[in-house]
Amino acid sequence: MSYTLRINGEDRVVQDATISESLLFVLRERLGLPGTKGACEQGECGSCTVVMDGEAVCSCLVLAAGAIGADVRTIEAVSPAGEYNAVQEAFIAEGGVQCGFCTPGLVVAVQHLLDRTPDPSDLEIKEAISGNICRCTGYGRVFAAVRAARDARRAGAT
Amino acid sequence: MTTTGVVVVADSLDEALEAAARHPDAVLLQGGTDVMVEVNIHHRRPGAYVALRRVAELRRWHVDEEARTVTIGAGVPYGDMEREPLRGLVPALAEAARTVGSPQIRAAGSLGGNLGTCSPAGDALPVLSALDAIVHLRSREGSRDVAVHDFMRGVKRNDRRPGEIITAVTLPLLRGWQGYAKVGVRNAMVISAASACLAWDRDAGAVRVALGAVGPTVIRCREAEAWLAGAADLRGAAVPAATATEFGRRVGLEARPIDDHRSTAAYRRHAVAVLAERLLRRGGGGA
Repeated sequence: MSYTLRINGEDRVVQDATISESLLFVLRERLGLPGTKGACEQGECGSCTVVMDGEAVCSCLVLAAGAIGADVRTIEAVSPAGEYNAVQEAFIAEGGVQCGFCTPGLVVAVQHLLDRTPDPSDLEIKEAISGNICRCTGYGRVFAAVRAARDARRAGAT
Repeated sequence: MTTTGVVVVADSLDEALEAAARHPDAVLLQGGTDVMVEVNIHHRRPGAYVALRRVAELRRWHVDEEARTVTIGAGVPYGDMEREPLRGLVPALAEAARTVGSPQIRAAGSLGGNLGTCSPAGDALPVLSALDAIVHLRSREGSRDVAVHDFMRGVKRNDRRPGEIITAVTLPLLRGWQGYAKVGVRNAMVISAASACLAWDRDAGAVRVALGAVGPTVIRCREAEAWLAGAADLRGAAVPAATATEFGRRVGLEARPIDDHRSTAAYRRHAVAVLAERLLRRGGGGA
């Protein structure tokens, strides 16, 4: 089957797909957007997080052909190519990136948190990223990165 | 309506009902958090889907002040239930919603999906049972209302007929404390090993309790409820501590748990007894 999805503000045609493909699969394998990572494929790890119609969701649990008409934003769209936004800068500066596999999902989830809640408490930060599994950092550096991103954005960074 | 092969993305309830009638074997897709796990991990290959994500009628909720009820659309996400104003209207549902998966899962999951899947561990289902929810179903032929107790038939079995869509759930607005508790291996992202919802109905002088993940479907503990109503004044005075403990023990006796990969039957029976006693104490019992 063929259909059109709205990805990062552009209409993208998906051709010769089969019906049960996830949005994660279509992004990576059919649309050349490999920034969104796939690991558990059952909504446990958060590495495939994208923003769909304003909500952070696991793209592995979205039926791609059912996402027609939705506004999908992936990690590729969080900042212009070659540039980093405040969240990405904070992850680098605080050592929140180690192997890097969970990072795109975390960056999307954290950006979504700060867009909705500009001044989150520590508990709100923990809850917001409770669905993003990181096996390297132990989360201490991730929390530091989120706090730094929060503070940078409140000081005017984007 | 957008039709792509046999994936129908319905834009209205009428379109969804039409598609469900035309494809009676189609998988009805709400947030996808159960169905897509089956597809990705267990290689389920449905021949047709009706995606309900864009059906605005399923994403609304409203309060009937006269009847003292709230009716929540089958597609309202858990994220809305854990926040005001729904949180204040049905606190136990808000607590259950907050234990569902992660924020990503709660942005997608819904009561319609929980009822459609009808897993014994469905997080919202003990709340619906304790509150005597009414499930609203529609088909092209008409509509019907089913008590949630009759709707949930067994492990992943329910009373939905081909061509029907779960449209909403109606819950009473009760006077009295209500809460939900769940046991699993960690706080976030966990499927419950055992869960319980307890709701006081001060006007009726009753406490209602229902259990999840300790039987083929949700268990309503009517014997323990009746015993408690006879043992304590549930309209006013606090429940004595010894009565709360005995209530928990009796709740445990009504569980029908099994050993599986998530827990053991013995632990589950113990856990629901503790949860029921704890919830009763939290709500003012056990003074």
